[in-house]
Amino acid sequence: MPDTPLIDATVFAELQDTAGPEFVVELVDTFGEEAPQILEELRAAHREAAAERFRRAAHSLKSNSSTFGATGLAEMARSLELVGMPADPGPVDALAAELEATVVALKQRARAGAGGG
Amino acid sequence: MAERGARLLVADDNKVNRLLLSRTLQLDGHQVQSAENGRVALEMLRAQGFDLLLLDMEMPELDGFAVLEHMRADADLRDIPVVVTSSLEGVAHVARCIELGADDFLHKPVNPVLLKARVNSSLEKKHLRDQQKAMVRRFATAEVAQDMQTSGFALGGRRVQATVMFSDIRGFTTLVEQSSPEDVIELLNTYYTLMFEAITANGGVVNQMIGDGLMAIFGAPRPLPEAEAAAARAALDMLELVQLFNTEREREAKPPIMIGIGIASGDMVAGYTGTQQRATYTCVGDTVNLAARLEAHTKQTGHSVLMCADTAARLGARFTLEPLGPVQFKGKTVATEVLALGG
Repeated sequence: MPDTPLIDATVFAELQDTAGPEFVVELVDTFGEEAPQILEELRAAHREAAAERFRRAAHSLKSNSSTFGATGLAEMARSLELVGMPADPGPVDALAAELEATVVALKQRARAGAGGG
Repeated sequence: MAERGARLLVADDNKVNRLLLSRTLQLDGHQVQSAENGRVALEMLRAQGFDLLLLDMEMPELDGFAVLEHMRADADLRDIPVVVTSSLEGVAHVARCIELGADDFLHKPVNPVLLKARVNSSLEKKHLRDQQKAMVRRFATAEVAQDMQTSGFALGGRRVQATVMFSDIRGFTTLVEQSSPEDVIELLNTYYTLMFEAITANGGVVNQMIGDGLMAIFGAPRPLPEAEAAAARAALDMLELVQLFNTEREREAKPPIMIGIGIASGDMVAGYTGTQQRATYTCVGDTVNLAARLEAHTKQTGHSVLMCADTAARLGARFTLEPLGPVQFKGKTVATEVLALGG
């Protein structure tokens, strides 16, 4: 299984180790369902210039991506949380693209881990 | 010792966090339930008995800080340990959580090994606290335990106006010599149970037990209206219970017991005396000595309950009193007016 740069392999393996590979499949699927909603909240907050809501949504994404070892996504979310709302939606779009790719990679990795034992 | 099988509540608005935390704790052998915001968490805490709360800080409806504030204000929830799990950055947040009563703080993503260690340590601390509370209750009386919980423990005293009672079993030494050790302990246990019942039912606090004797305080550590009358009523209840006890002993062909009671009222110094390691709540002073002398004097008078004039003066007409005249007690410069309480 080739290493995906989107995910820190060590962190993900540890998660599988402590929570169980089957459970991680379930957890990744949950993230796949929840993350688009959080992203939508992030976009809505940006449109409405609601700084606190924006920070909270970024905070949630940061927290979840760190759990899975999705280092790149976590870093982008963290920067949005701490720096605050960008003037243009560029950084939010970049995060959305990273999120989509990360979820695909996570699902692939989780199923490989569960199937391969 | 790991505390397995504890009942834990996970409060987190993020589903991934909630699932993962619950899973990790279940794998450690705990029963886990979860709440998606602070309001739901508080409702669940109030409705069910949880051993520990894992609390996220940023939540809709009611955030973690508000949950901590609510818990601190609620006597039923105050003692439930809280481990904060948050990815909030900066020590200010951590400090605020601890100030609000959180036991521990774990940064997200939560390391499962650390989580296990912190949860177990908090559960163990709670277990110890629970044991200590039970211990204080067993050895100190509910009033003293409550006083210690609200005002804290500090050696040193304050001057109070209260009524003190001494009581013991007449001819106890002879009784001990004639009975088996098991019988003596059984007798004492029953006797103390009855005396405690009579004293606490009337608002008194038994603060010392020495052999067959006991000392009780009415009016400290908590003020008691008409402490003198309460002590007199307790004395009469004690005599009545001893009489019932003797009827029972007679059926078992055991000799009856007699008790003597001395009651004195006035100024005394009340407080915790001893060392930081071992202390007891007690009252000291002239009034206390007088109560002890009055109790000893019952042997000479044939009356079961004796009291000083200060106590008698506040009883009013509700009790039958017999003035016995002045008695010169050891260590007293002036004679004391002594009165006997009639049943």
